[in-house]
Amino acid sequence: MTGWVADLALGVRLGVSGGRSGWVRLALISLGVGLGVAMLLVAASAPAVLDARADRAAERWVNSDQVIEPGAPTLLTLPVRSMHRGEAIEGRLLQPESPDAPLPPGVDRQLAPGEVVLSPALERLLASPDGAALRGRWGEQTVGTIGPEGLTGPDELTFYLGTDRLTGETAVRISSFGGDQQPEEGVSPVMVLLALVGIVVLLLPVGIFVATAVRFGSEARDRRLAALRLVGADARTTRRVAAGETLTGAVLGLGVGALVWLLVSRVAGTLVPDSLSFYPADVRPAPALVGLVVVLVPLTTVLVTLSALRQVVVEPLGVVRRSGARRRRLWWRLLFPLAGLALLHPLVTGLDTAMGTQVSIAAGLVLLLTGVALVLPWLVEATVHRLGNGPVAWDLAVRRLQLDSGTAVRAVSGVAVSVAGLIALQGLVGAIGALTAGAAADTRTYQASVLDIFPEDQAGGDPAGTWTRALSAAPGVTDVGALTSIGAEPTGGAPEAVVESGPCAVLAQEAQVGACRDGDVFVVVPEGAVAPPAGSAWTLGDGVRWTLPDTARPVAPNQGSVSALNGGGPPRILLTPAALGGLRPDVVAVTTYATLDPAVPDALDHLRTAAAQVDPRAYASSIAQQGIASALVTMRQVLLVGTVALLVMVGASLLVNVLEQLRERRRLLAALVAVGTRRRTLSGSVLVQVAVPVVLGLGLAVLTGSVLALGLQTAVDAPLTFDRVGVGATSGVAAVVVLLTTAAGLPLLWRLTRPEGLRTE
Amino acid sequence: MSVGRALLGLLENGPRHGYDLKRSYDERFGTDRPLAYGQVYSTLARLLRNGFVEVESEPGAGPERKRYAITEAGVADVASWLAQPEKPEPYLQSTLYTKVVLALLTGNDATTVLDTQRAEHLRLMRELTRRKETGDLADQLVCDHALFHLEADLRWLELTAARVQQLAAHVRP
Amino acid sequence: MPTEPLLVAEHLRLSFGATTALEDASVAVHAGEVLALMGPSGSGKSTLLHCLGGILHPDAGRVTYAGRDLTAMHDSERSALRRSELGFVFQFGQLVPELTCLENVALPLRLNGASRRAAHRSASAWLERLEVLDVAAKRPGQVSGGQGQRVAVARALVTRPRVVFADEPTGALDSLNGERVMQLFVAAARETGAAVVLVTHEARVAAYSDREAVVRDGRVRTVEYAR
Ligand SMILES: Nc1ncnc2c1ncn2[C@@H]1O[C@H](COP(=O)(O)OP(=O)(O)OP(=O)(O)O)[C@@H](O)[C@H]1O
Ligand SMILES: [Mg+2]
Repeated sequence: MTGWVADLALGVRLGVSGGRSGWVRLALISLGVGLGVAMLLVAASAPAVLDARADRAAERWVNSDQVIEPGAPTLLTLPVRSMHRGEAIEGRLLQPESPDAPLPPGVDRQLAPGEVVLSPALERLLASPDGAALRGRWGEQTVGTIGPEGLTGPDELTFYLGTDRLTGETAVRISSFGGDQQPEEGVSPVMVLLALVGIVVLLLPVGIFVATAVRFGSEARDRRLAALRLVGADARTTRRVAAGETLTGAVLGLGVGALVWLLVSRVAGTLVPDSLSFYPADVRPAPALVGLVVVLVPLTTVLVTLSALRQVVVEPLGVVRRSGARRRRLWWRLLFPLAGLALLHPLVTGLDTAMGTQVSIAAGLVLLLTGVALVLPWLVEATVHRLGNGPVAWDLAVRRLQLDSGTAVRAVSGVAVSVAGLIALQGLVGAIGALTAGAAADTRTYQASVLDIFPEDQAGGDPAGTWTRALSAAPGVTDVGALTSIGAEPTGGAPEAVVESGPCAVLAQEAQVGACRDGDVFVVVPEGAVAPPAGSAWTLGDGVRWTLPDTARPVAPNQGSVSALNGGGPPRILLTPAALGGLRPDVVAVTTYATLDPAVPDALDHLRTAAAQVDPRAYASSIAQQGIASALVTMRQVLLVGTVALLVMVGASLLVNVLEQLRERRRLLAALVAVGTRRRTLSGSVLVQVAVPVVLGLGLAVLTGSVLALGLQTAVDAPLTFDRVGVGATSGVAAVVVLLTTAAGLPLLWRLTRPEGLRTE
Repeated sequence: MSVGRALLGLLENGPRHGYDLKRSYDERFGTDRPLAYGQVYSTLARLLRNGFVEVESEPGAGPERKRYAITEAGVADVASWLAQPEKPEPYLQSTLYTKVVLALLTGNDATTVLDTQRAEHLRLMRELTRRKETGDLADQLVCDHALFHLEADLRWLELTAARVQQLAAHVRP
Repeated sequence: MPTEPLLVAEHLRLSFGATTALEDASVAVHAGEVLALMGPSGSGKSTLLHCLGGILHPDAGRVTYAGRDLTAMHDSERSALRRSELGFVFQFGQLVPELTCLENVALPLRLNGASRRAAHRSASAWLERLEVLDVAAKRPGQVSGGQGQRVAVARALVTRPRVVFADEPTGALDSLNGERVMQLFVAAARETGAAVVLVTHEARVAAYSDREAVVRDGRVRTVEYAR
């Protein structure tokens, strides 16, 4: 027992007493481990942040299922979904039915019609030049600011607008805000899969990174330990000394990580997209997860150290004399990705949310991606032994890799794993996007649409005319066309159908009408529906009688039109205005299409503002964007944040690694410069030495990532695609990060090659 | 030979009686073999004959009360002796030691004495090395023997040079 | 001895922070001669050698090589000079561990732009000359210290430099091995007409020189005396 402690203590002492280079090494390790720990702590804080956001959202949640009689202190309310540029702005209409009607959190007074309270972020946006197109969207009468207790995060864009246009039928009546939010209608397996892949992809490289960090300076350390072994330390003592040395770095790393985490949590709220912003006070890592980090990180580092110690223990002489290491074997490395693929079989055989399936998929992902990190060293070794001769810089680099590729590969394996994971994730997100977006919408004539679902306010009026006039006046809107939906009931047993009317240009947006003149009638029959027969009789609106003429032409729906997106559905009868003769049936809904002038900036936002002024409940959007689910938008943003964080970490780790590699060879580098080697040659060889593993690593990553992406696409029944641009961008950015960090290490090369390097330490 | 130079060196610090000189010599150099009186007086007589010392007689004193003083010629003789390296040969230490101590005593540069001697040693070593390269095996072995001895001398010189300051403190209290 | 020296250092001064390594050191090296730099540890021998070889830049003083002022040259010029006209042998740690001995010797030639094949051809010739052709295909980690030093000597001489600088080239070898290395080294240098500046502690190694200079406390004492 005391022997144990003494050995560990000796290791700790060796760790901290190696002179200047020992300190540098320790600093690098704790920095590396610290970055990883910080990343883990951030991840451990995510549940608390999400919980806090959910709690805050629950406080203002509106239960739309309840039926409450008017009278008591009640309130009518309806959500409003709007956007500014790409960002969602979700607000709420409030119509108090008594002076003591409930107030949403963060709001301290009842709103009269037309009065609005804004979140601070929205207030700032409105006041800034960027928000010009937003001004007046919800009136001018700002009467206050929503307090923090009513917001999910400091940068959330939201508002409450007072109104008098809501009715019990069209809105929700409530007597209080908040309550226990019902669990959302069962999470879809696709989203669970997405979250799972995301977590694995973002966190696995962190593990690899930590494992790499503890091997900084391992060459010198190995020689030191081998020397210890040569003077008679037994295998067990050697291992304990090594463990003690590593533990020092790991424990310091925990401290560094905590510090970095403190810093990050102060500023992270402002770094994430606005819709995900959170209050710094809400960042509290889950104690259980922190415990895991505190236990697992040092444990991992020790395990990694011990596993890397084989050669020192078995062939200490070889380590001291720097003779080549044994060749790597492939078979056991292949076990990992193969086992991973086997565990991933639910992707092909069918997905569900059962615990077993999820665990199997997560484990499969981890194994497959770990496999990349394991196969890569073998691949690099096998490749460099086949590389031919070239210029001196090339030869120096290749020979170095042939003798010991371990250090160089370790630097790259984190990059490779990250890129493989990101490619798979992108493939999945892209495929889900494709699944929801369907084919590209037709944006040749109109680029935006406004959906008004509540034209009943103007019953008897001319809602289409109102919309057309109002929207035409918006800056940047050059043309407007309206499609009116008419309530229709078949009277002679014909199948249900939707009847819509509009000019030819608007109908062309909905179906492939071909040549079209005013007076034409078209029938759109989606797959599986029965076409209404010619001559069938219909009651339109409030009892206007109408007969489907036999001139009605059957046409195919437009790819990407709203009906195509919604899929299936009843057949649609499309009328040009003259086909109705003088009949003026009541309108159920109006969809207005607008042509935007590409030369006018923010034309879409001007359109949205114009639409909101007619009716804040109307939903204005770009036609091209219509399909993308908002959950997916959030996912993409999270992915982006994660990717950036990952790349920054990868960059930092690489830099540290390059510096480390250079430091270990300072004497040799100085000797080479002494005999007149050009710096160009030396830096060339350093670059090649990094580039070869990077190219191989990225190749392996692209291969693995693409295979995984295909599997994931199969799992969500999306069309199989190879996202060439995404793959190129991801691996390209990774390669650039690698080369930049390597280049950033070159100044150290110049410093190390000064003649002082010739002195022995 | 070097006894004469040693006595001259001792006289550089001021005139002495013969008996005095013998005691000083024994203290510093005569660790294994004290000087006989007879040798002191015969040596001093030789130095007197060569003009390196002169006698300051005290009035009414016997022969044993003569005081000897060094002449300018004597000082020059000591200096040139110090500057001249010894022919490298085995068991040179006592002479070299005498020289170093005398250099310190007389205010001459002791490191120069050592460097001069080193140069002379190296000259011989070069010669031996050259002979070794052309000679047969027997020659080589003989030369190597000599070389190792010379090297040992040189090491000793080197060590002495490194300790000159220490020695100086000891010699000149 | 020729009258015009090839390499001259005049009044060199160099301090590292508070330590003064060289203080008014002057020395001249003539073409083709073997000069031994001796002196106690820490006296500034290596520093002087590095200044002479254009690796270190003195704070004051001048180093002239073949009439050109080394101290005034640009770093790239000095590097080029080191590549082609100067050679270096250190005590250890100068061979690139991942290259074979043959490739190590060929390296300076290739840095000068020679083709791989030509470089390897003359490298083998030099390995043979230094009696280590048998380790040509081995890496430095796989050969003995003596063999490694011979490889290093071959590497220093392969470009046929006019001056070779050697800092304790036999410091890590036993006397027999050290002497063999010195014999081969000096013979090869004389054959190619290269001057050698040799830092050593060992008199038997210095005995291979034509002349010695003693460095003490950052000054050079070249001893002249009447024969
Ligand atoms: N890079 C440096 N930084 C600080 N001091 C240095 C540096 N290089 C040399 N010195 C100092 O300069 C002095 C001369 O060093 P140098 O290496 O030239 O001695 P040396 O004669 O070669 O010694 P040795 O025989 O032990 O190799 C020493 O005191 C040394 O401590
Ligand atoms: Mg030195």
